[in-house]
Amino acid sequence: MADLALSTTVDRGRGIAPRPRRPARRVALTRALPLVPAVALLLLFLAGPIVYSLYGSLTNTALTGYKAANPDFIGLDNYAALFSSPEFWKSVWLTVLFVGASAVIGQNVLGMLLALLMRSSVKPLRSIVGGLVVTAWVLPEIVAAFALYAFFSTDGTLNTILGRVGLEGTTWLITFPMFAVIMANIWRGTAFSMMVYNAALSEVPPEITEAAEIDGAGPFQRFFRITLPMIRRSISTNLMLTTLQTLGVFTLIWVMTGGGPGTASSTLPVLAYQQAFKFSQVGYGTAIATVTLAVGAIFSIVYIKALKPEVD
Amino acid sequence: MSVVDLPVSTPVVPPTRKERTALASPRGRTSRWVSSVILGLIGLTFLVPLAWIVLASLNPSATVGVTWPGNPTFDNFTSVFTWEQTLLPLWNSTVISMGTAVITVVVSVLAAYPLSRYQMRFRKSFLYGILFATCLPITAMMVPVYALFVNLHLLDSVPGTIFFMAATSLPMAIWMTKNFMDSVPISLEEAAWVDGASAMKALLRIVLPLMRPGLAVVFIFVFTMAWGNFFVPFVLLYSPENQPAAVAIFDFFGTYGSVAYGKLAAFSILYATPVLALYLLVQRFSGGSFAMAGAVKG
Repeated sequence: MADLALSTTVDRGRGIAPRPRRPARRVALTRALPLVPAVALLLLFLAGPIVYSLYGSLTNTALTGYKAANPDFIGLDNYAALFSSPEFWKSVWLTVLFVGASAVIGQNVLGMLLALLMRSSVKPLRSIVGGLVVTAWVLPEIVAAFALYAFFSTDGTLNTILGRVGLEGTTWLITFPMFAVIMANIWRGTAFSMMVYNAALSEVPPEITEAAEIDGAGPFQRFFRITLPMIRRSISTNLMLTTLQTLGVFTLIWVMTGGGPGTASSTLPVLAYQQAFKFSQVGYGTAIATVTLAVGAIFSIVYIKALKPEVD
Repeated sequence: MSVVDLPVSTPVVPPTRKERTALASPRGRTSRWVSSVILGLIGLTFLVPLAWIVLASLNPSATVGVTWPGNPTFDNFTSVFTWEQTLLPLWNSTVISMGTAVITVVVSVLAAYPLSRYQMRFRKSFLYGILFATCLPITAMMVPVYALFVNLHLLDSVPGTIFFMAATSLPMAIWMTKNFMDSVPISLEEAAWVDGASAMKALLRIVLPLMRPGLAVVFIFVFTMAWGNFFVPFVLLYSPENQPAAVAIFDFFGTYGSVAYGKLAAFSILYATPVLALYLLVQRFSGGSFAMAGAVKG
């Protein structure tokens, strides 16, 4: 991608002082001045809600009524209720399942498969399939959700196709809601992994795989022994990014199943929304949001520590 | 450049080189066909849900199943194409996305300049903070955001929503803008400084014109994200006259979805087309951004 590719190419001569005459402290302040609007926006609308989230999760704020305006401070009660609630642990499990099956396995494996197949397929097909996969990703999330809702509906295309080949369909969105939303998220998000792996694979020098081929390595050996180790950095980066993106998926699940039936497909973001707006327990919902945010923050820190993306 | 060379939203993907043809690696014709067939089958699974949207939109009696419309008409489009139903929501989407993108780009350009050009003490930690914020699952914190907006009396306020969306897209936008700015050679600015231009003047007259393609990429990226965002306006805006198309289309789905899939599909197409067009545009711009090193001669 361009922004990274270019960052290393040109020397940008930091540290050259345009105005050496002024006192150093004032120069430093003037130079930092353009950062002010960004810092203000980030503090108010990004750090603000995070701090507020920590505080709000310690109150019994309700959506309407007296407790909406005058919530009491109830300490860690929300967390105590949360961690002893089987509903919460079920939701944690569903989130792990959703992220693991759709992002870590689904999108990554299918994305890699597509990237590999594209390198060895005929050209017009490559562009057509690439275009379709990317379209699924570029579409607004809610439109993708409609398309997949229709696909998995009881009278939908999937059951029609199954009927054609003589198989009995089922009520996918009611009987297997998690399967449907996992498949939907793979459909929606694979393009990202495909593009990352496409770029990574084109970086592997063909000479190396050829050398292995001459030494008698089969295609599978070449892939697992040569190609995969060479692009492991892209793989771990991509695993991390898809995990973080999938952790926050709301719209897709909300449109397709509404978290239901019951809470059978309520991942953490959906559960937080349901608790706050359906059952009007904003404080409790905020506690769920805080936990989700904390999980995301841990993943981000691990990602930044482990992969050390260049900030220069 | 083929369609798949551009992962717009990742800051950390290794650089893409032009795809090389492996000259010395002979592949069998059969394996080429086998992989083409598998690729085609996977492609089909991606095609079917997309085809439903297009076919249903042309079919006045569409259902959730993919059916070939007997006699395709544009009736669905003409019947949803009213001010209340689609035009006002699309206009709201335009206002919100434009506002978000303009604010984000202006603020990121200002922030990126010192980050790209000066050695500052907190520069590195700021950039790591930005990167950290890029990774946070923003949708997870909509409940506290809602509570915060209630307290700030910003609920159902379009400017409030715009500022929030701008703030959430800022980390990624600053990151991208800084990297684009890094690639503008400093020697041009030095020349301007020698001629007596201030830093801001040099930014405005020299740097920005040179990074126009990069700015276009950032602008379109933020615009697209805002245009497709459903959850934020769904939580923060409740009166119908403020709601963007993402929310209006969801209400339509809840109210008429089971009876009017054709109209829902037509609305979806009207709503999705600008984003698809912008994506195609971004590919042209991102191709052009490599050319700007040519601004320095000799």
